[in-house]
Amino acid sequence: MSFLSPEEWTAVLLSLKVATVAVAASLPFGIGVALLLARSRLPGLWLLNALVHLPLILPPVVTGYALLLSFGRKGPIGGFLYDVFGLVFAFRWTGAALAAAVMGFPLMVRAIRLAIEAVDPKLEQAAATLGAPRIAVFATVTLPLILPGVLAGAILAFAKAMGEFGATITFVSNIPGQTQTLPSAIYAFLQIPGGELQAARLAGVSVVVALGAVLISEGVARRVAKRIGGA
Amino acid sequence: MLEVSLSHDFGSFAVDVAFAAPAGVTALFGASGAGKTTVINAVAGLFRPTRGRVVAQGEVLLDTERGVNLPARRRRVGYVFQEPRLFPHLSVRSNLLYGARFALKAAPGPGFDQVIEMLGIGALLERLPGALSGGEKARVSIGRALLSKPRLLLMDEPLAALDAARREEILPFIERLRDAGLPVLYVSHAIGEVARLASTVVLLDAGRVLAAGPAAEVFSDPALAPHLGGAEAGTVLVATVGETAPDGLVRLDTDAGPVWVAESPGAPGTRLRLRLHASDVILSRARPEGLSALNILPGIVERIEPEPGGRAFVRLRMGREAVLARLTQRSVTALGLAPGVACHAILKTVAVSRDDLGAG
Repeated sequence: MSFLSPEEWTAVLLSLKVATVAVAASLPFGIGVALLLARSRLPGLWLLNALVHLPLILPPVVTGYALLLSFGRKGPIGGFLYDVFGLVFAFRWTGAALAAAVMGFPLMVRAIRLAIEAVDPKLEQAAATLGAPRIAVFATVTLPLILPGVLAGAILAFAKAMGEFGATITFVSNIPGQTQTLPSAIYAFLQIPGGELQAARLAGVSVVVALGAVLISEGVARRVAKRIGGA
Repeated sequence: MLEVSLSHDFGSFAVDVAFAAPAGVTALFGASGAGKTTVINAVAGLFRPTRGRVVAQGEVLLDTERGVNLPARRRRVGYVFQEPRLFPHLSVRSNLLYGARFALKAAPGPGFDQVIEMLGIGALLERLPGALSGGEKARVSIGRALLSKPRLLLMDEPLAALDAARREEILPFIERLRDAGLPVLYVSHAIGEVARLASTVVLLDAGRVLAAGPAAEVFSDPALAPHLGGAEAGTVLVATVGETAPDGLVRLDTDAGPVWVAESPGAPGTRLRLRLHASDVILSRARPEGLSALNILPGIVERIEPEPGGRAFVRLRMGREAVLARLTQRSVTALGLAPGVACHAILKTVAVSRDDLGAG
């Protein structure tokens, strides 16, 4: 792609990496939390529900600031992760992925939760009477049936991660080649006189990636729906 | 042998039942809301009653007093639900084999080929459940339960959602299961199905067992007739197909005497069940002459049970069999019917229709 400068190209690739890692790492948690919210009758789940939805409602800057406080090198969680695993989030691309995952998490959980609530528990009962242990019931009945919802949730979260700006810039700043994602780069170009053309090109890339994500998700969802068809 | 006893209070409605189900098909019969599904779910492990004990072939599945409650997956009880509950994302073959991978390898049970042949579903294996008709789905769900190698089969109105033609398609398979010796607990509120399939009948009413025993006994009890379909009540006779007369009529031999039918239900020697609707039985003190009805069986009045509305159910004992007749109380008086009185039951040949002939 010769029409992108190396600098712009770096921002695009970094954004793709950040969004992919954010979605892949948060998906198992997203399914787990959605299962808890949809099926469990534990007391206090409203608190978990509120916590998950918080990034959707809070100003992104506040979420980024909270991440900085807790996942910074001296924060309670960030310090622990650094001491034990040598993991650093603040001002690294990993931090951008964490911010993107947190911001996309409510969207992911909502989509998966809806899918779980649509699964007929009678099918899971039938699997149990056929001798299937709980884990097998989940893997062979529940998971395949919620797959369209999981995909929808993952793609929503991916699109959100590609566009995340406020929490990212607050938590990991805007370092070219390190933490400068697509939106951060667009923002940076708009701050320089004469940078509009570059900003417009990157904006075009954003639109293409977003459209691509929607098309892929539609295609996959249609195939899954066709396979399950007329159930 | 399955032993069930349980009680549970739902607030507006309480269930308190105890019965034993020997080999063969045991029908749990009763109106909607009688507690049939509660009982069958407690046996399957999908419902835990406040107090209960379920023992299947010597193994305790549930004993609330001793704190035993095996989870559904470890009960080895095949469950055919009212709606087929096939896994929509799996092919018919994968649906059928679903339980097989969790089944005990050493457990007795029919093989895959045997089951698909018996149910006639060999051509459907690669299809998805969404592409099947109602009758096909029902057969696949029966096959899936069988292939999990259960020690007991539970069927909760598996035919209720099907039309008459589809029902006719499935009934022979259930008869074959019964004849193969697999104990079956069969929930139904369709008297015809129960009469055709059941060897033992447990009659439920408002959460209690009204009667339980061999099908022939329960069906011929005039006091129970109002609960067994009222106008549709009737007895079941076990019959063997005999010779075909030159005029085309076929003789069916029963313990109560020969019964002639117009259409041959099978080769000579085939065992059948005959269902005689009590309303289709006419009683006469003297052996009638000059009557178009062919089937006249002699018997002795055993019991008379009046029914509100001026009618009565009369049980006639005929050897080891018994036949129920429904007539007006005026006729009972006019004929001087009383226990011990000899009389004749007249069955119109047409009343013995093919629908009522089940393989026995």
